[in-house]
Amino acid sequence: MDALKTNTGVLEFTATEIMTVAASRLLKDGTVCFVGIGLPSTAANLARLTHAPDVVLIYESGPIGAKPTVLPLSIGDGELALTADTVVSTPEIFRYWLQGGRIDVGFLGAAQVDRFANINTTVIGDYANPKVRLPGAGGAPEIASQAKEVFIVLKQSTKAFVNKLPFITSAGYLDGGDAREKAGIPGKGPAAVITDLGILTPDPVTRELTLTSVHPGVTVEQVKAATGWDLKVSPDLTTTAVPQSHELEALRDLLAHTAKAHGQSAGGEG
Amino acid sequence: MARLTPLHEAVSDIIQNGDTVALEGFTHLIPHAAGHEIIRQGKTDLTLVRMTPDLIYDQIIGSGCASKLIFSWGGNPGVGSLHRFRDAIEQGWPRPLAYEEHSHAALANAYVAGASNLPFAVLRGYTGSDLPKVNPNIRFIECPFTGEKLAAIPSIRPDVTVIHAQKADRRGNVLLWGIVGVQKEAVLAAKRAIVTVEEVVDELDAPPNACVLPRWAVAAVCHVPGGAYPSYAQDYYERDNRFYQAWDAISRSREAFTAWIDRHVRNTADFEEFKRVFAETTKSKEAV
Repeated sequence: MDALKTNTGVLEFTATEIMTVAASRLLKDGTVCFVGIGLPSTAANLARLTHAPDVVLIYESGPIGAKPTVLPLSIGDGELALTADTVVSTPEIFRYWLQGGRIDVGFLGAAQVDRFANINTTVIGDYANPKVRLPGAGGAPEIASQAKEVFIVLKQSTKAFVNKLPFITSAGYLDGGDAREKAGIPGKGPAAVITDLGILTPDPVTRELTLTSVHPGVTVEQVKAATGWDLKVSPDLTTTAVPQSHELEALRDLLAHTAKAHGQSAGGEG
Repeated sequence: MARLTPLHEAVSDIIQNGDTVALEGFTHLIPHAAGHEIIRQGKTDLTLVRMTPDLIYDQIIGSGCASKLIFSWGGNPGVGSLHRFRDAIEQGWPRPLAYEEHSHAALANAYVAGASNLPFAVLRGYTGSDLPKVNPNIRFIECPFTGEKLAAIPSIRPDVTVIHAQKADRRGNVLLWGIVGVQKEAVLAAKRAIVTVEEVVDELDAPPNACVLPRWAVAAVCHVPGGAYPSYAQDYYERDNRFYQAWDAISRSREAFTAWIDRHVRNTADFEEFKRVFAETTKSKEAV
């Protein structure tokens, strides 16, 4: 992983670290957040450990208000239950809390997204004869439609950022414009896609994902080259603020605790 | 009415070839020992149901026991793909596997509908997703009161649901806690239920709102300590994340998988012997 040197000459951080920090900053304190496993869970917990101590993290396995000290490897790790305000059944999570309209932010990962922020986690290639079979929908279709807004975090490449998805698992803005509202989807939809190169947000009218922030040390050309469509760049393009030392420390501590707890420091397979 | 019985008897008597079987568990309390017993007894043509098929379903599918899978997320959590599941749907090995794919919200609702003796579940779901295009069991209905379009899917009503729990009392009442997932709904949706437990105690001492399955709602209770391994049982043992990682290599090739299943499951008499053989093979591997 390439470490980028900042202007200060002191802080160094990786592309994955700035992605995680940038994603975590979008989560406001006090927000009720339905968290996907992996990168979203890392970013949401980093938010909780830094600027958003009162963020409420809900996992689809049942924990409400989870405050894990190590990141869960799976969506139902015991750490989530032990640190939660309460643990409810999985039907209750989806029926009362998500469908009930109590989730502010859905924080999702994806295998692929398209220019209108639709998500694919089902299949690459033909559904009946898949080139790559992915794990499937999980909770994402209803999180993507029923959370008041959605953040998506994934690494950027032409394989992951495609013009048209082979399969829409979870709806973003569908064909763009007002297609999402017309389909009757209650939540507002993806507010931002945070990657290892920058931040993309939907155009207010066309809903096409537009580059609005590049991470320090990354060029617009690099981001365009990692996008499978002709990526539009906002006239108000900004540079993502450099991760602060307390953010990097909190993130690295969390990942170190996690690796130790999950036995990954010993090489993984045993 | 629950009877306390050895696991091999419960699986032999209660699960028939061709049955629809749900072995539920959401990371926690996954009934691995019961899954092994299904493989050991060579059950065939099962329709498997589970929201989150992971290692034990990979093992049952790779052993050729299943002809269909109904699911909403299939993977090795935090690790990657289920190689036996993918081999079955991509290459038809060891036999073709039909599959019916949903979202978590839909399957959770379908278990609730099954437990509620309703023919279908209704939810706000699937809008804008391509899943309804590939799964004819996802349909849309109109609310008779408001005209709103809502998603409907058939109830899940397994012939047999199998779960693992922490405790049963000697009469067969069952208590589970922690992440309880969809287990209560899956048991009550099924015609018959098998519960393996960590411990059999004189008194459950369950607080009034605890998740208790009364003995008359369960067909068999089997005392199988460690029966959720390598998943975990809250307050008994932790998840063995290393085995989940190791499974990736074991399951990648048909040969390595078959050798593992033969050695650890097909050629062991029961879960106690599995545990002894597994400890030996794990130890010899660590010594290398």
